[in-house]
Amino acid sequence: MSSAPVSGRLPLRKRLPQMPEMPKLRRDRPLPDPDEQVAWSPIDRLGVAACWAAGLLLCAIAFSIVIYLLVRGIQFVTVDAIGQHPVVGQSTDAGPSTAGGYLDPILGTLILTTIGTLIALPIGVGTAIWLSEYGRPSWLARAVESCVEIIAGTPTIVIAIFGLLVFTQNLFGFLSFTAEGGAVFGRSFIIAGIMMSLIALPLIITSTREAMQSIPAHVREASYALGKDKISTIRRVLLPASRKGIATGTTLGMGRIAGDTAIVVLLLGASLTLQGQGGGVLGTLKGTGSTLTSYVFANSPAGEANSPEKAYAAAFVLLIIVIFMNFAVDMLSRRRSDK
Amino acid sequence: MTELKSPPPVRRIVVKESTPVAPPKRRAGRAAAAKSTASDLLSAPRKRPAKKGKVTDRMQTMDFSVAYAGKPAVKEVNLKVSQGEVLALIGPSGCGKTTLLRSLNRLVEQTPTATTTGMVTLDGRETHELDVTDLRRKVGMVFQQPNPFPMSIFDNVAYGIRERGSRRPGKRALEPKVIEALERCGLYDEVKDNLSHPALRLSGGQQQRLCIGRSLAVNPEVLLLDEPCSALDPRSTTIIEELIMKLRDEVAIVIVTHNLQQAYRVADRVAFMYLGDLVEYGPADQLFGSPRNKRTRDYVSGAFG
Amino acid sequence: MTLASRIGLRKAGPRNKKNRADQRAERLLGALACVVLALIAGMIIFVFQKAWPSFSHNGFDWFSPWAGGNVDDELNAIFHSSASNPVLTMHAWPLIWATAVITISAVIIATGMALLSAMFIVEFAPTGIRRLLEPVVRLLAAVPSVIYGLIGILVLVPWVDKTFVTDSAKQSVAGVISLNGSSIGVGILVLTVMITPIMIAIVVDALRSVPATWRDGAVALGVNRFRALWTVGVRAARPAIVAAGILATARALGEAIMLSMVTGSVAFAPNPIDGSIFFLEPARPLAATIIDNSEGLSVPPFAQTLYAFAAVLLVSAAFLSFAGWYVRRVLRRYTLSPI
Repeated sequence: MSSAPVSGRLPLRKRLPQMPEMPKLRRDRPLPDPDEQVAWSPIDRLGVAACWAAGLLLCAIAFSIVIYLLVRGIQFVTVDAIGQHPVVGQSTDAGPSTAGGYLDPILGTLILTTIGTLIALPIGVGTAIWLSEYGRPSWLARAVESCVEIIAGTPTIVIAIFGLLVFTQNLFGFLSFTAEGGAVFGRSFIIAGIMMSLIALPLIITSTREAMQSIPAHVREASYALGKDKISTIRRVLLPASRKGIATGTTLGMGRIAGDTAIVVLLLGASLTLQGQGGGVLGTLKGTGSTLTSYVFANSPAGEANSPEKAYAAAFVLLIIVIFMNFAVDMLSRRRSDK
Repeated sequence: MTELKSPPPVRRIVVKESTPVAPPKRRAGRAAAAKSTASDLLSAPRKRPAKKGKVTDRMQTMDFSVAYAGKPAVKEVNLKVSQGEVLALIGPSGCGKTTLLRSLNRLVEQTPTATTTGMVTLDGRETHELDVTDLRRKVGMVFQQPNPFPMSIFDNVAYGIRERGSRRPGKRALEPKVIEALERCGLYDEVKDNLSHPALRLSGGQQQRLCIGRSLAVNPEVLLLDEPCSALDPRSTTIIEELIMKLRDEVAIVIVTHNLQQAYRVADRVAFMYLGDLVEYGPADQLFGSPRNKRTRDYVSGAFG
Repeated sequence: MTLASRIGLRKAGPRNKKNRADQRAERLLGALACVVLALIAGMIIFVFQKAWPSFSHNGFDWFSPWAGGNVDDELNAIFHSSASNPVLTMHAWPLIWATAVITISAVIIATGMALLSAMFIVEFAPTGIRRLLEPVVRLLAAVPSVIYGLIGILVLVPWVDKTFVTDSAKQSVAGVISLNGSSIGVGILVLTVMITPIMIAIVVDALRSVPATWRDGAVALGVNRFRALWTVGVRAARPAIVAAGILATARALGEAIMLSMVTGSVAFAPNPIDGSIFFLEPARPLAATIIDNSEGLSVPPFAQTLYAFAAVLLVSAAFLSFAGWYVRRVLRRYTLSPI
């Protein structure tokens, strides 16, 4: 080990050519217990090994899932299929069925996500503002908080079945198709959208609340000192500052809506293509259709049309959408907020 | 929790005019100016037991340097840490004293961008050769902010003894060691009825003494204190300074402080650092009374810092 | 407070405005929050009201393990019963048992795996692996469950069928049930992979937010990295680990679509006495049963039975919420932040 130059980047642990004589020291305390000298006991080594094993296993599983989906997806996705309407075709032994595309499911996912987010956003932000800025009486605030937690933990299948329960009442017949016998069908885009908003709601509420509560008190005090009342403060100061949190929550909610299948299967009817009830936008909304998730389900061996190739392709498109939303959330939470 | 039973004795600071020894190359005017700008405190007698026990060298640094990502933080420092003496590292903020302290127990390795050159030895053996956990057993550290773990007082003190080796000693085996450590740090009388209470409920001064006791429980040979009293009120500071004086003969102590008065009260040897360089190193009387270096004199008299 | 307001002559400036616009805003936002409250209350009330006939008809036998009966046959009977003579007999123990086994097994494995992986990511992983692994874990947490189901049914089930379902295995349970790869083993496996990423994300966040001074203090005492992480980091992160566990359990409980694709469509209660064959037997948890039978909701007794399933899920979800809140409150007493 030669001496290295001191200028520039200092090398690690240069050893001097000569070591001075250190006097022999007399210990005035007994030597420590040799059993105490073990730095890494066997249990510790086992623990580290377990951590490594878990980490490597996680890597293996994670990468294999992602790579498998990408490979299969690329294998079966054709760009023009995205623009085609789906056609029911079974995979036979003769060969895979690649008839039809998945325009309608994509549209369905987009429509549903939009409706769900549009409903959830005002209710969610409003509730979050009330919880963090007002919150009186306190028993009501606690009850609302508990309810938000309960919604967050409720299985989507229960929310779906509740939606069916409510919207098959004659009161809500205008939201969907009513059969001749008077039985309300109770399944449509609007209805599914309303129930979807329920699953995005807790995410928006929690993110907005956290964002608002992380605004330091002096910002509020400064606004009050200028003579503004509470609602103007909220509107002009706090909401813009919480934009990032609201966006994060909304994107998370959108991701959850786009990926949910149970509500779609129960509340959107079983039609592969968009079947509107009457003309125009409202008709489409009152009608039934499919989304990417129900399309994947229908094309898997568990659904009616057993064509795995279409299922893989649709799963790939869905995965791309989810990756994109995830990326957006990452960007949002990483960027420094300018207050 | 019961605090001190009686307040500490009131100390009167006696101001005495002392004549600092002027180095020959200094002009006469400078000497006169130095005499008049030396603070009252520095010319007061030191309130410390004069009798010192035997002094044995424990650690030594030789041309030791530390750099963070190429930028030097500590430059070629040569120091000795001795048992029986308290070494104080003083200097303005950012001068590298904390970095130097953290290198003594290789805690600076936690920072990924840190590189070191030179040698630090403990009892003649280079610290890089020792197993790092063994080194840290022998060279304990107390941090600026008291950081008791979120456990009971007993568990805190017993932590170092427990989490080592394959067989976890039972509570009964640990109890005498815990009590001994608490007595050594002067906390036992105050907490002896509440050993299972959460440590975080103690006051700041008690928490810091608990941290000292926690470090003492593993029987270190050197104790490093990184501005231990900067977050504490004056009463706790006094208690801890007395504790340091008491421990001086059993453990080699290095204390980093930006409080000159504290260094004056407590230290036997002082090292003054400035921007990574060891500017002056010597006995405390000499460094405070008649510093050889102009920068030391300026710092000690309060001209900057 | 100005002198005038202290005497009571005139209220201070902003206070005046606050009384009108602020009160309006407060009431509006409070109403939004109450909408949320009303939704949940409504959901609980309506679902239970619809479910009550099924419970009251069967009494304790609804849940009892000793009641016998074949769930699929009973569902059939209920579906075909006429309005005048409704059949409500349901002994849902196989479904409850399947749900319990799958959920609890998956959560236990996932918790251990997530904890070790999180420790790996925080402490032991080399920088390159860590930077690659973290976004992948977050992505996996966002992948929709139907895609997991797709991989399960197209890859894992045939593999299990080929590898583990040997003729002798089939023979040993021939009289009772037929094995074809769709099993609770695959269900537990896929469910574990599904809930582990979100747990990892939460635990990693919690481990990273443990104050660095604690870790420094532990390391400065000469404790090795693993011990320091375990006794200080993991211990301080216990509330978060519990929260992650509760979240994962809630998600596992409500997982309908993936499990219905993967565990087979036979409502059979796997028998632990069968030894390792236990994991090859098919089953159908509660949520999957609802989604598989969703077409029959037009028949009232059938609907009531399905609502009864949903009610059980709802109660479990609410119970989990409260359990999580309570346990976290207890644990938080021991983790105050340092001064």
